[in-house]
Amino acid sequence: MDFDWIKIPYSLLTLFIVVNFGMLLGAFMQKIGARVGRRRGIPIYQNYVDLIKNYGLRSSITHGTMYYLGPVFRLSGGVGLLLFVPTIYGSEMFSNLSFAGDLILALYFVFFGTLGMALGAAESGHPHAAIGVTRGLQQVSTSELPFALAVFSVALQYQTLSVTDIVAAQQGGMQYWTVFTNPFAVAAAMLSFLGSMMRPPFDVVLAPQEIPIGPPTEYHSSYLALMQTNRAIFPIAKIVIYMNLFFGGAPSWPVFFLKVFLIYMISVFVGVCHPRFRVEQSIRWFLVWAVPLGVLSIVLV
Amino acid sequence: MKEELLKRWVKGPDGVEFEVEPLRDYYCEAPPTVMPAAYIKIVEDMFNWARAESIWILGFGTGCGAIEMRPLMTPRFDAYRYGVQWRPTPRQANLFIISGYLSTKTLKRAIRSYEQMQNPKYVIGLGSCTINGGMYWDSYNTIKRLDDYLPVDLYIAGCMPRPEALLAGFQDMKKLIRAGKGEGANKYAENFDWYKANQKKVIHDWDMPDYNW
Repeated sequence: MDFDWIKIPYSLLTLFIVVNFGMLLGAFMQKIGARVGRRRGIPIYQNYVDLIKNYGLRSSITHGTMYYLGPVFRLSGGVGLLLFVPTIYGSEMFSNLSFAGDLILALYFVFFGTLGMALGAAESGHPHAAIGVTRGLQQVSTSELPFALAVFSVALQYQTLSVTDIVAAQQGGMQYWTVFTNPFAVAAAMLSFLGSMMRPPFDVVLAPQEIPIGPPTEYHSSYLALMQTNRAIFPIAKIVIYMNLFFGGAPSWPVFFLKVFLIYMISVFVGVCHPRFRVEQSIRWFLVWAVPLGVLSIVLV
Repeated sequence: MKEELLKRWVKGPDGVEFEVEPLRDYYCEAPPTVMPAAYIKIVEDMFNWARAESIWILGFGTGCGAIEMRPLMTPRFDAYRYGVQWRPTPRQANLFIISGYLSTKTLKRAIRSYEQMQNPKYVIGLGSCTINGGMYWDSYNTIKRLDDYLPVDLYIAGCMPRPEALLAGFQDMKKLIRAGKGEGANKYAENFDWYKANQKKVIHDWDMPDYNW
């Protein structure tokens, strides 16, 4: 097997761009949320300061091996998700480590971080963490269901499991995007997208007003900083998949930034307009509204 | 000492008997140690800058002053624009605001929360009650001087101070931290015996380990 070593620095460059973009975009979205509430909100660079502060704390305590590995799993989930799909279509530099069956791997990586978090939070021994993780896994599992159905539908439609091939099939104009050729699959996937972005109405797991902050209750200093880094990467990585599968991919960085911003805005827009669901309500909501759409899309394909 | 905190033998559902000692099993008893600053001054300065610009407050209202902290999150005062945020868990918080009078019962919880916070950590005493007891100066169940029990970095005087005073206090706190004077956690570790003796003097039903993480 021949491997192009130059791919490694290229991938790191992708990662660097995405981390910084994710940090700024996250703060920007928080600012938009604050403006809706008539506040000024955090400064745009606040996420960087928080990160340095958390890495700079002098003491940290551990609860065991899995407690260490929780944030590491989570971060590797985000990084893996990002690196195994092509970020920029048609670019040798930024197609990263994508290969023929990467769609399946991406589906797996979406779930990987949550599982790692569940193990880590369980070892922290805090009852709030255990409750938070139970809620989180329930919600993520049901919100993944319509997404998985949509992905199968898209794979059937294009007869391939390679993200690159799926993007290639959508080139040549807006009318070839999956969102127009297979609208039901995209609808199901976008509903699932709302559930996995950890914004209202589906953020009961992490919301500080509920069971205090859920899974990361016991996490602090560098552990928390690792998770913050992942919170910058993971939404972008997830949006990259959505962009590639449903919205025609991105042929260059400016298009990439624009599309990621717009897709992110969908969840922000829904989030600021709607109050929070309880977990059993959101599960019912996904099963009633999103899953039938996914099944319908598979039947129609 | 409460009954459920005593050392005892418990029979598990699988028939195995094992010893349970809640005070030892669930807590670490290692005393706090003095944590040195980073070796290189410029690194420590950068950390101090970050600590000053990202103050995470423990959302624990101890007295009547807690009502003054809530408006800071609202559009009128909006402390978020100064990098001040609220965290629901002591593990992630850096700043502990003792808001007003502190009864001895609450002091116990305040100590436990303070000790769970990570170094460096800061304490602000809000209102006159934390300075000299304020209007509760002759009360039998409140403490008079907060500084005897926890290392206070900054006092905000008044009964009660307005939210604007708190915002001004945050700015002063930032100056202290940036100058490298926010070393309350190390002070606590250095004078640990003195603080513990003071705490035990007022808390009569001491049913926790001396240092609980």
